Order: sequence, then structure tokens, then C-alpha cells
Amino acid sequence: MKSAVVLLPGLNRDRDMIAALTKISGQAPDTVWQTDTEIPDVDLIVVPGGFSYGDYLRCGAIAARMPVMRAVAEKAQKGVMVIGVCNGFQILLEAGLLPGALMRNASLKFVCREVRLQVANANTAFTRRYQPGQVIRCPVAHHDGNYFADADTLKRIEDGGQVVFRYAEGTNPNGSVNDIAGIMNARGNVLGLMPHPEDLIEDAHGGADGRPLFESVLGIAA
Amino acid sequence: MKARVTVTLKTGVLDPQGKAIEGALKTLGFAGVGSVRQGKVFDVELDGSDKAGAEEALKAMCEKLLANTVIENYSVSVS
Repeated sequence: MKSAVVLLPGLNRDRDMIAALTKISGQAPDTVWQTDTEIPDVDLIVVPGGFSYGDYLRCGAIAARMPVMRAVAEKAQKGVMVIGVCNGFQILLEAGLLPGALMRNASLKFVCREVRLQVANANTAFTRRYQPGQVIRCPVAHHDGNYFADADTLKRIEDGGQVVFRYAEGTNPNGSVNDIAGIMNARGNVLGLMPHPEDLIEDAHGGADGRPLFESVLGIAA
Repeated sequence: MKARVTVTLKTGVLDPQGKAIEGALKTLGFAGVGSVRQGKVFDVELDGSDKAGAEEALKAMCEKLLANTVIENYSVSVS
């Protein structure tokens, strides 16, 4: 499967993401720049983490209005798989590709640590290599990861199985409602999550709990 | 024309920053502070003199960029 990574000024986790995709899929992803209006023919598009546009206005707000994100939306509409990690998640929300919003952490502090994630829905294209309810390790590093959605939206995504990852009990680092760490769209082809699975894909990282996510979406046998 | 856009958090949206500011005001000894909600103000200079048109344009700017209508309300005023 072919993949592409979206590049925007201020993102800084793109290299980790490119390395992870290259190691797991065996081929380097294409890269697309913010002003690109076309994305190559790929099966997976990833918006990595960082601090696009210095988090000015709102995290991800300006990045979400760049031409490349219109192209990402068109691809998502056609069913191409899309993952946004951390700032990438914020960008997908601001672009309207996922419901809800990410607010400042309840503690008001930047959190950089490992959390435990529960696979809330293992029956997705992103999580089929995990067991239902499995708890995995994953690092987080963010200031604005406090997921919020109004009551109707929350009910809709909970009932629809769109909550894909939750912070396991006692590890919610940011105050997210219902311990939500990652959600997908109703169609199931767009995933956003605050934790960084690309930083836990091999022994040199101290573990590989993030690897099955990429193996799932890339259709690679474990 | 000068315009001011005010963006505030919707009722029911938690505002940890506002809470922290509220706490700091109380620490400073300001009595009678019930609660604080923080928001943003944008001062925009606009060409032309069509006030109604400017308001329309500012609302479009809010919908498309200045506010995240999932969590925020906005108001515009043109002077």
C-alpha cells in the first residue's frame, strides 16, 4: 500500500512518521506540501504532529485552511484512508473531517509522557490487528488534547462506534470527555488521535505497541 | 472602516484557562468575581464604506476561520 505524508510549516513529527511508514510498509511515503492541490494516488494519507503555524489562532486552524487540506478532504470523500496524529488530529477537526474539538488540557500544562490506551473499537480498518479492549502503551506530547463535543455529537460517536481509542482508567492526561483519545468518522476511513503510535513501533523505541495500527491500515500481516 | 470581532466560548464548553484566570483574580484579592470566561478579540481594518457588506464579510470570516463554531460564538461590530 502506498502512503503520503502532509507537510506544513511548524510540523515537527513528520520525520518520525515517514520513518515509521517506511519501516512498516517497506516503501517511503510520498510527501505533499501545504500548497499542493493534488495528492498522488495513495491508499493512506497521514497528517503528522507538531505545531503548524505556531498554533496561532487555534491549534490546527490555519493549517486546516491550506490548499492541501482541500485535497485531503477530496481524497477522504473518495474513501482513501486518512490518519491525523496530535496536531494532525487537531487539523482534521478544524478541517471538519472529524466531529468535535480539542481544547487546552484541563491541567493547563503541556503533557509529555506515556499513557495507556484502550482499544475501544477493534473492528475498524485502523485497529483490526488489536484485540477488542486491549490496553496498549503509547506516548503523548501535547498542550491541547482535551477532546470536547456537544452532547448530541458525543452520543452519536459513542453509539456509532466512532470512539476508537480511550485513555485507560486513571491515565487521562488532558481531561478529555469520556477519556477519548482517538475517534474516526462515521464512514470509518478517517482517524484522529492525540497519542503518537509512530513513536512506538520497534524495540529501539522500547516497545512496538503502535505498530499494529499501521499494520492494520496498511494491510500488512503482523 | 474599523471592525471588531469578538469570539467567546459557547455556554457549556469547559474553559480551563478562564478558570485559572478566575483563580488568579481571587488570589489578587478582587472580591465578588463570580466566574471568568476568556475569549478573543480581532480588530480588522476594512476597505470601503459599505457597513452592511462589511458585516456580512466579517460573519463569513468568522464562519470560515476566526471562530470554531463547534465550541465558539462570535459577534461583529463595524464602526
